[in-house]
Amino acid sequence: MGKFLLVTIQVDLYDRLALTLEEDLIQMVHKTGARGVLIDISALSIVDSFMGKIIGNIAAMSSILDAETVVVGMQPAVAITLIELGLPLPGVYTALNVERGMALLTARMPDETEDEDVDDD
Amino acid sequence: MTTNIREQLSIRQERDLIICRNRVKEAAVKIGMGIVNQTKLITAVSELARNMLIYGGGGNVLLETVTRGREQGVQIVFEDKGPGIADINKAMQDGFTTGKSMGMGLPGARRLVSEFFIESTVGIGTTVKIIKWKNG
Ligand SMILES: Nc1ncnc2c1ncn2[C@@H]1O[C@H](COP(=O)(O)OP(=O)(O)OP(=O)(O)O)[C@@H](O)[C@H]1O
Ligand SMILES: [Mg+2]
Repeated sequence: MGKFLLVTIQVDLYDRLALTLEEDLIQMVHKTGARGVLIDISALSIVDSFMGKIIGNIAAMSSILDAETVVVGMQPAVAITLIELGLPLPGVYTALNVERGMALLTARMPDETEDEDVDDD
Repeated sequence: MTTNIREQLSIRQERDLIICRNRVKEAAVKIGMGIVNQTKLITAVSELARNMLIYGGGGNVLLETVTRGREQGVQIVFEDKGPGIADINKAMQDGFTTGKSMGMGLPGARRLVSEFFIESTVGIGTTVKIIKWKNG
């Protein structure tokens, strides 16, 4: 998967770990020239303003480096809560799962030929 | 019905935020709160406990299960002896922050719970009490 970075967050993170993740991820986008970042948050039981800010920062910085960010696997209860919390997440796309997130990113990159096929059911 | 959980926690460092969230979840599960209300409650708790740590210099949390009529709920009181909030009305508005953040914690937490009380005195500290009813 040369073009996209996939990050899976496995546990509810400490604030400091989340900041480290943000830094590492930006470095990786820079180093690999990835055009897309997929953040799998299916294991997160909540997204509060702190985590929301981290995701927003990753999206903002990635976009400066010409990469788009998709958050995948958000639990329905987390999505409902985020809306009521009122967090704006500008520049962040969401998709149901990793496959659909890949499809979304791929579709947004029309100028490049695609040799991996993405199943979408 | 009697109060069956009454727990005191202190918030001094980041690690305590996670412990606090887990204890609240246990209490919510114990009274049979559904996953959506649980998630709303824990998110509000995360906001208020973090505020206490960042702005209040840490503080104490009192976690209880409570009953009103037939309704069961989880009540949490956050108490700190920090600098207090000069203008609560302003602090409760979406987007107001003194910490270069998003200013969504307090107003967001209020929307996520059933009952929300805040009291703050400059130089004395801040107390926030929330209740989330099981079906609220
Ligand atoms: N326990 C507290 N003690 C003193 N001041 C507080 C406390 N909690 C909140 N505040 C003040 O109220 C403001 C608004 O808080 P709120 O949680 O809504 O936003 P924030 O923490 O600045 O940003 P966010 O929560 O979105 O990261 C804070 O910036 C701070 O000035
Ligand atoms: Mg806050």
